[in-house]
Amino acid sequence: MKRITSLGALLLGAGLAFSPPAAAQDSGSATINTIKSRGQLVCGVSTGVAGFSLADSKGVTQGIDADTCRAVAAAILGDANKVRFVPTTTTNRFTALQSGELDLLVRSTTWTLGREGNLGLLFAGVNFYDGTGFLVKSAAGVKSVKDLDGATICVQPGTSTELAIADYFRLNKLKFTPVLIQDLAEIQNTYLAGRCDSYSTDASGLAAFRFQQGPKAGEHVLLPEIISKEPLGMMVRKGDDKFFDLVRWTLFAMIQAEESGVSSKNIDEMLKSTNPDVRRLVGTEGDLGKALGVDNRWAVNVIKGIGNYGEMWDRTVAPLGIPRGINNLWNKGGLHYPPPIR
Amino acid sequence: MSHSTTRTTAALGEAAHDPVPAIAGIPAAPIAAERARPAAGPFAPVAWARANLFNGWLSTAVTLALIYFIARWAIGFFDWAVLHAVWSVPQTDAGPDPSACRDAKGVGACWAMIGDKYRFILFGRYAYEEQWRPAIVIALFIGLYAISAMRRFWRKELLLIWIVALTAIGVLMWGGVGGLAFVPQDSWGGLPITLILSTFGLAFAFPLAVVVALGRRSTELPAVRMLCVLYVELIRGVPLITLLFMASVMFPLFMPEGFNPDKLLRAQVAIILFAGAYLAEVVRGGLQALPKGQYEAADALGLSYWKKTGLIILPQALRLVIPPLVNTFIGFFKDTSLVLIIGIFDLLLAGKVAITDPVWQAYSTELYLVLAVVYFAFCYVMSRYSRGLEQEFRRTARR
Repeated sequence: MKRITSLGALLLGAGLAFSPPAAAQDSGSATINTIKSRGQLVCGVSTGVAGFSLADSKGVTQGIDADTCRAVAAAILGDANKVRFVPTTTTNRFTALQSGELDLLVRSTTWTLGREGNLGLLFAGVNFYDGTGFLVKSAAGVKSVKDLDGATICVQPGTSTELAIADYFRLNKLKFTPVLIQDLAEIQNTYLAGRCDSYSTDASGLAAFRFQQGPKAGEHVLLPEIISKEPLGMMVRKGDDKFFDLVRWTLFAMIQAEESGVSSKNIDEMLKSTNPDVRRLVGTEGDLGKALGVDNRWAVNVIKGIGNYGEMWDRTVAPLGIPRGINNLWNKGGLHYPPPIR
Repeated sequence: MSHSTTRTTAALGEAAHDPVPAIAGIPAAPIAAERARPAAGPFAPVAWARANLFNGWLSTAVTLALIYFIARWAIGFFDWAVLHAVWSVPQTDAGPDPSACRDAKGVGACWAMIGDKYRFILFGRYAYEEQWRPAIVIALFIGLYAISAMRRFWRKELLLIWIVALTAIGVLMWGGVGGLAFVPQDSWGGLPITLILSTFGLAFAFPLAVVVALGRRSTELPAVRMLCVLYVELIRGVPLITLLFMASVMFPLFMPEGFNPDKLLRAQVAIILFAGAYLAEVVRGGLQALPKGQYEAADALGLSYWKKTGLIILPQALRLVIPPLVNTFIGFFKDTSLVLIIGIFDLLLAGKVAITDPVWQAYSTELYLVLAVVYFAFCYVMSRYSRGLEQEFRRTARR
């Protein structure tokens, strides 16, 4: 049944665009060829992490991870909606990618040496820079993590947060009592009820939690220290460098678009631009898309479908109340530094 | 049961001063248990309460204290769930505005969250415009249960009805034919997944269990017996979670790349194997409880093994084990929620994801209450039905 529908979609697409079916072109990458003949990118996301990948009331997966998947689909297939989202858990995410069940995994996964060295998987880029932070009640008058000596800290067991806190406190010769609670809702209620002095998880999660308190957000303060690095990004299987390149450069193209002021709103004007940087990005100059194994207009499809990185951010993460911070462009004090597209 | 019969008769005896003699003309008989309830007059509850709840000062004190606590709790719950509850919140361009719920937090329930999310909880990530299809699937499942529960449909045609209904369910869920849009299995979710997993799980596990139970009792085929013992002990020796992990995480690694049987199917097979092992032991219990005379009588009639088993042994053995069977069924219906650890959107995971939405993160109590009601409804109906079935069988046995 699946084959029939995708064939139908293919024929329909070919009929409408008067172009040969996508499967006929050879991209030089087994994964890209599979995606093209399937007419769909299979992307692993989380079962539900707000701002990253979370099904909304209509069942549509929203978030920065979901949009990163859509961007890759737009780059390959020209349509940001040709994605099949597969919800994965922290236990089966890597196997699902290793076994070929997924083409791409974008599941707020931290880029670490251990993972890249052991799993046969590659990180293709960082779509979100995160880190472990601490939230305290402003009434407590705590100004720094150093003031938390002897405090009770609410933390989810088995997370990298738990490990990071233990390391940090040992290193700084501080003491703390962890209150370990698995369930997200419960841990937040416990903190609000005052059973722990501080609630610790990724800074993005803390900012979102604080924002949800509405008018009471001012009662909570995020401490200035971010005690661990959590670069979250996209993963692909090792052994298909062309697909790896494409995923990596899709994100870079979105960041570059923001830097060059190209957005989904002005993309049609930008196609007439005389700026060589923009012309190379939108494919009116050079053969950079072909070099990646896709259409030269790949970046245009991405920007039309998803927008540039800033637009993606504003749509998915910003509504949670997460400040742009280190996720800004390199020339605005952030870490996103795309290599030149030329 | 004889125990409860005597208790009921005893209660009736104590209620002898009842102004309306309830069952005066009817001779005391084993059928008293069935007759007692409809015949009880309007004053019976008073007498019953006096005999059971206010029987001495200690009993009265305990009853009053309990009534006080139950009433207090019930009023508090009513207050929270109805009087101060927030039933709907205004919709803005950026989605629902939960400030009314936030203000009522701790005082009143936020049912607006269920109102906003009920379709997601019921149908998961299923394509929004197509959600009438899983809705029909739920109705089909319930209809299927209802028909199968009625004894007048217990004929060969029932199998046909099942095949037709399950095909219809498959067509509705997947689509791709007859103008229905194709919906991949990854985006199925909610109650249909729970019903699919438990219905298919038990429908396939039960025949498997009967075969394994018979195999384990067979004396002439030692190899088959060994296999059955091995299967039951191996599967029972590990938790269901382990099997689900095997199916979801390990199994794909052993397969050639690109060969990926559906995740739901893998979980389904794991559940069938697991339920099969447990049900097999229940069925074996029934086989063992049957008096040896039944086997010998069947042999004496010259029946073949299959005729003996199908006509004499199994009908009696299965009847004996209705309570533990239903117990296992109910257990498995709830155990299907374990698939959430491998990322399958069953009812529980869909609910959990619904409250991951930043807008509704604080209202987990409301969600879990609703989920509990859904699970309870199914389990309670199952348990009531099994009680009815037991009583009916007991009546026929007595005749």
